[in-house]
Amino acid sequence: MYGKRLPILDGTGATAGVADAPARGHTKDASFEFLTTRKDELIGWARKFSLFPYPFVTACCAMEFMAVSASNYDTDRFGAALPRFSPRQADLLMVVGTVTQKQAPILLKVYEQMCEPKWVMAFGVCASTGGFYQNYASLPGIDRIIPVDIYVPGCPPRPEMVIDGIMRLQEKIANGRHPIINERF
Amino acid sequence: MSAEPALRPPIANPVRNVLTASREDTSIVNIGPSHPATHGTVQIIAELDAEKVVRTDVHCGYLHRGFEKECEDHTWHNLMPYVDRLNYCSALINNFAYCDAVEQLMGIEITPRTKYLRTLLAEYSRLADHLTCVAAQLMELGAMTGFLYLVTARDSIYEHLAALTGARVTYSYGRLGGLAFDVPAGWFQRLEEILKDYERYIAMVHGLVDRNRIFIDRMRNVGVISTKDAIHWGFTGPILRSTGAPRDLRKDTPYLAYGELDFDVPVGIKGDNYDRYYVRMREMDESVYMIRQLVDMIPDGPIMVDDRRCVFPEKELVYTEIESLINHFKLVMEGPVVPSGDIYVAHEGANGELGFYIVSNGAGQPYKVHVRSPSFVHMGGVHTMLNGYQLADIVTTFGSVNMIGGECDR
Amino acid sequence: MSAPLFDRLREQLSPGEAGQEGQPSADMPVICRGVQHQVLVFALAPSAVLPVARRLRDDFGFDLFLDVTAVDWPGDALRFEVVWHFYSSTDKVRVRLKTRVPEQAPAVPSLAPLYGAAGYMERECHDMYGVTFDGNADLRPILLYEGFVGHPLRKDYPKQKEQPLVPYLPPQSALVR
Repeated sequence: MYGKRLPILDGTGATAGVADAPARGHTKDASFEFLTTRKDELIGWARKFSLFPYPFVTACCAMEFMAVSASNYDTDRFGAALPRFSPRQADLLMVVGTVTQKQAPILLKVYEQMCEPKWVMAFGVCASTGGFYQNYASLPGIDRIIPVDIYVPGCPPRPEMVIDGIMRLQEKIANGRHPIINERF
Repeated sequence: MSAEPALRPPIANPVRNVLTASREDTSIVNIGPSHPATHGTVQIIAELDAEKVVRTDVHCGYLHRGFEKECEDHTWHNLMPYVDRLNYCSALINNFAYCDAVEQLMGIEITPRTKYLRTLLAEYSRLADHLTCVAAQLMELGAMTGFLYLVTARDSIYEHLAALTGARVTYSYGRLGGLAFDVPAGWFQRLEEILKDYERYIAMVHGLVDRNRIFIDRMRNVGVISTKDAIHWGFTGPILRSTGAPRDLRKDTPYLAYGELDFDVPVGIKGDNYDRYYVRMREMDESVYMIRQLVDMIPDGPIMVDDRRCVFPEKELVYTEIESLINHFKLVMEGPVVPSGDIYVAHEGANGELGFYIVSNGAGQPYKVHVRSPSFVHMGGVHTMLNGYQLADIVTTFGSVNMIGGECDR
Repeated sequence: MSAPLFDRLREQLSPGEAGQEGQPSADMPVICRGVQHQVLVFALAPSAVLPVARRLRDDFGFDLFLDVTAVDWPGDALRFEVVWHFYSSTDKVRVRLKTRVPEQAPAVPSLAPLYGAAGYMERECHDMYGVTFDGNADLRPILLYEGFVGHPLRKDYPKQKEQPLVPYLPPQSALVR
């Protein structure tokens, strides 16, 4: 959940985040030496605030992408500010706008160049389903070639909707599994 | 985390490169189609001699989404949203150019209020388009402050247009024979506030970049094109004007209410990037000047013509009168009746001459809608502005051409 | 509108004054269709396109090449109608040239030697309708891609017939995942 506190425990077993936890003879009541949490939750918490988007910007939605990243709507607040223009440095692929049959190999190549962990946002209805371009030229949704984590509908979506999409993606990351060593851990 | 991608065959290459190194010491570099330097999806295959560009091969079509085929499958009304998404920076200009073409084919003369409102909104759209173009150009040079100022100004225009049309970017506001609805109360007061805001921001941008040494070094004498070459390659709009040719359809063949307005056509001196930047900045000032004249000129009156061939009847009448009900049904199911024939109508889009070549065979759907899009033509000649300069200059020159994918590739 | 220029054009290019109807032929290669919506229209035989375009550019000052496209009329003997538009920067008028070519050999001369702008637009027209432009050496796909079979703007091309470069995955659904 976005904004949810981590269940942090101090040495005594009392929850550190709670303000009125009694000190019980400890001198270090304002700090703690270790904490316990679930590994997935900790990594998810770290990852959800450090999204580096790769803007795969093709069409009309680029106008709204500009608006979202500029001052008025400011995705910086969500840790998703700095666009990385190299897929190897990015972990969020934002597919902004229509992807055509001609563009599809490039999208696939960009996706495959990104390192794990990676997430994909389909920004706008064309990227999600093809929108009202149902013809020989356009791809009926990017999920026909790459997996998609979050769909933001709208033609183009309002900036508020994009921010909502980013927050839901963060929620998904926070609640997801994050294997770091092998498939099981 | 996403699932593992399935094992795939090798990825096909959508374009065929014909450029091979012409000398031993040159190399071939591919730029795009998804590249930060190419806002819009264009692929430039360049032959480089160290940092210098020798030859370029420009590929577009990565946003070809079948506009013309979709048009042939929709009624004259229903394809309005597709027209919007041609040049999505200034959707209203596209909208009104299309409406104008169909109306001329039908022999409809729009009402005076619509005529002035369309002119005002076209200029307002041009303002937003140039703001976007200059902002993107500055961002590509690293001038992030200028980008933020201009996008802030643009965003208030978007919100203002959303108050009128209901959408921020793609408006679908034009209708055959008029406009979708009239201006809401208080819209013109807010317009004046936004224009004042715009002037504040644009003054700051002028102060930031006009005499900035880095900016001038990157822009002056880069991407130079002469008037003769520009016309040979079919360039129109700000690029042609930056070479010093005062060619503007609003002056040359006045349409809408441009004949009654007082405005200048700003021209450049030598057709380099700096001139293109400055022509756009000056054109925005002219647009604001025109908008202020138009606010005082807009008369009262109806916005739709009274023509049952294309204008929907009042909703009340549809529910109470059989004639209006049938009229409504025919318009929705079969589309407006446009007499057969063909027409070419051009408006001055934000990037140049935006022409619609429309063929009708008398049916409710267009037989053909072809767009003469300025961006596509500019892509055909942009190599003359790239060859001979540095690799890094591709970014600035390409930014100043303002290629819009939707319009270029349709 | 610059009526004197139109009159001069009409007299010099189509001297016979054959009227509005009729198709251009070998002995009457240029037929003037009159001014339609402020554009002077000529119907030409394909062989007359290049000389007329050259005269338009050199003698009449039509310096700006606007557009070339085609219209598909399936069922007609001469199926494709290729349409050019020219603009004169000095007189501020437009001229339209039209010619009809059959389906079996849809070939018209290229105007790329006269106007640089024609090259790209002829490539597009070749993509969309399969009309070949003799003299344009570079007719690679421009809006379409390598390997695309057919010409999508022909009326007999189904609108939704896709030719994907990347094989599709089975459709995902947000509800299932």
